[in-house]
Amino acid sequence: MATFMGINLFGLFGQLLVGLINGSFYALLSLGLAIIFGLLKIINFAQGAIYMLGAFAAYLALQYFGIGYWAALIVVPLVVGLLGVLMERFLIRPIANEDHLYSLLLTFGVALVLQGLFTHMFGSSGLSYSIPDALKGGTKLPFMYLPNYRAWIIIASLIVCVGTWWMIEKTKLGAYLRAGTENPALMQAFGINVPLMVTLTFGFGVALAGFAGVMAAPVYSVSPDMGSNILIVVFAIVVIGGMGSIGGAIITGLGMGIVEGLTKYFYPEASNTVIFLVMVIVLLIKPAGLFGKEA
Amino acid sequence: MKISKFNIVLLGLALVAPFVLYPVLLMKVLCFALFACAFNLLLGFVGLLSFGHAVFLGTGGYVTGYLMMNTGLTPELGILAGTIASGLLGAVYGKLSVKREGIYFAMVTLALAQLMFFVFLQAPFTGGEDGLQGIPRGYLFGFIDLSDNLNMYYFVLAIFLFGFWLINRTVHSPFGQILKAIRDNEPRATSLGYNVNDYKWAAFVISAALAGLAGSTKTLVFQLASLTDVHWHMSGEVVLMTLLGGMGTIFGPVVGAAVVVGIQNFLSGGELGNYVHIIMGLIFIVCVLAFRSGIVGEIQKVVKRNFG
Repeated sequence: MATFMGINLFGLFGQLLVGLINGSFYALLSLGLAIIFGLLKIINFAQGAIYMLGAFAAYLALQYFGIGYWAALIVVPLVVGLLGVLMERFLIRPIANEDHLYSLLLTFGVALVLQGLFTHMFGSSGLSYSIPDALKGGTKLPFMYLPNYRAWIIIASLIVCVGTWWMIEKTKLGAYLRAGTENPALMQAFGINVPLMVTLTFGFGVALAGFAGVMAAPVYSVSPDMGSNILIVVFAIVVIGGMGSIGGAIITGLGMGIVEGLTKYFYPEASNTVIFLVMVIVLLIKPAGLFGKEA
Repeated sequence: MKISKFNIVLLGLALVAPFVLYPVLLMKVLCFALFACAFNLLLGFVGLLSFGHAVFLGTGGYVTGYLMMNTGLTPELGILAGTIASGLLGAVYGKLSVKREGIYFAMVTLALAQLMFFVFLQAPFTGGEDGLQGIPRGYLFGFIDLSDNLNMYYFVLAIFLFGFWLINRTVHSPFGQILKAIRDNEPRATSLGYNVNDYKWAAFVISAALAGLAGSTKTLVFQLASLTDVHWHMSGEVVLMTLLGGMGTIFGPVVGAAVVVGIQNFLSGGELGNYVHIIMGLIFIVCVLAFRSGIVGEIQKVVKRNFG
C-alpha cells in the first residue's frame, strides 16, 4: 500500500475523487441557482426536486421508451427545461411583483408536490441505473484506480460549467442577460423582450439541474429524496460563495466538494457537517460571501 | 390585549374542548399553534422568513426528553430547561443569520438547522434514527399526575396561553412597534437610530425560545423526541401553518396550525396517507398564488369592508 508520511494515498485520492464528483454536482446546481437568481432575484427551492426529476426521467426513459443514457443526456434537460418554462410562465410570473419571499415559498410548494408524487409512485427506496457501456471499466493511475464514468462526470460538468460561464460573460446573448440583471426596464426600452428572456433563463437554469440529475443517475441511487438532501448543502454553498458571480458559484461548488472529500478522509464524523461549519465561519468573517458583492 | 367577549368565549371553548374532542389531538394542535405563533413573531412582525425553525422545536424536545429520562426533573423544570436550551441556540444562530436578509436569511437558517439535524442524528445521547422513546410525563410540581390526559391537557393549555400572551405583549410593546417599523421600512428604522440587527436578534431569540417551549411540551405530550421534529419538512410545515392562517395576524397561526394538524390527522387515518406531502405542497401553491393574506387575513378584510 502506498503511503506518504503516514497517509494512505489510495484512501486519500479515493476520497478526493468522491469529493470532486460531489463538487461537480454542487457546481452544476449552484450555477443554475445563480443564473436564475441573477435575473429573477429568487431562489428556486424546486432546483433539488428538478435534479431528482432529471434522474427519474433518465430511468423512466430507459425503462419505458428504450432511450439510452446518451440520448437522455440531451432529451431530459430539454424536457425538464420546458417544464421550467411552463412553471415560470404560469406560476412565478403572476406573483413577480410581490415580495420575493412568496416566489420562494411557491417553489418550495412545487418541490413538496414533486417529491411527494415520486415517493408515492416509486417508494422511498432507491432505484438503480446502470453505467453506459462506453464508460464502464476504469484506468489505473499510479496512486489510484479511476473509474471511467467518474472521470466523465468531472470532465462533462466542467465543460458545461465553463461553457455556461463563457456564454454569460463573453457573448452578446450573455451581455443582454447581464444588462437585464442590472436594469430590466432600460433593456425593455431598448427593444429586448425581457419577459421572454426571463422565462428562457429560468428554463435554462432548471435544465442544468435536469442535466445534473441524468449525470447523477448511474452513481447515486435514484430516489425521491436525493434532491432535497443535496439542495440544502447547495444552499450553504451559495451562502459561502455569494451570488455575486457565475464563476464564483462554480469555484465554490467544486472547492466545497473537495473540502468535504478531505474531511471524509481525515475526520469522517464531520463529513456531513463540514460545509455548514465553513458557512458559519464565512458568515463570521465575510458575511456577503467569498464572491459576494452586496452587503 | 383587551379581554373582549370574543376572547372569553374562546377560552370557554378551550376549557370544555377535551370533553368533546380527543385530548391528545387538541394538545397536538396547541403545541403546533404555539410553534406557529412563535414563528409568526419573526415572519409576520419582523419580516424574516426562517426556514430552519424546526431546529428550535426539536432542540427543546430533545433536551427536555433527555433530562426527564435521566435526571428525574419535574416536568415544569424539564420544559424550562428545554426552552432555555432553544433560546441559547437561538442566540447563537440569530447572531449568525440576522446579518443576511431576505432569501439569504432563509438559506442560512435552513443550513444551520441542517447542521443540528446531523448533530442529533450522530450524537450518542439522542438515540439516532429511533429518537428518545418512552419519556415519562412525570408529576407536575411533584404531585399532579400528568399521565392523566385531562391534567396534561390543562397544563398544555396553560403553557399555550402563557406563550400566546407573551407574543401578544411583545407585539404591542414599544419593542414590537420598532420590529414592525423594521419590517415596513428598514433603512428608515436605521436612520432613526435603531440598531436594526440587535432588534432582529432579540426577536429571533424570543421566537426560538418559544418554539423550544412548544417542542418541550410536545415531547411530554407524545413522550417522544425524534428526528422528525428537526427535519426541514417540519420547518416547511410551520411556514405553511402561518401562511395559511394569515401571517402578521395574532390568531392566524393558531387557525393555520389547527387546519394543518386537522388535515394531517384526517389523511393519516385513510388510504390518502401517501398524499400528505402532495396536498401540503398544493395548499402552499394555492396560498401563494391566490390567498396571500391567509384565512384570518381574508376574514379581517371582509369584516373591514362590511363593518369598518
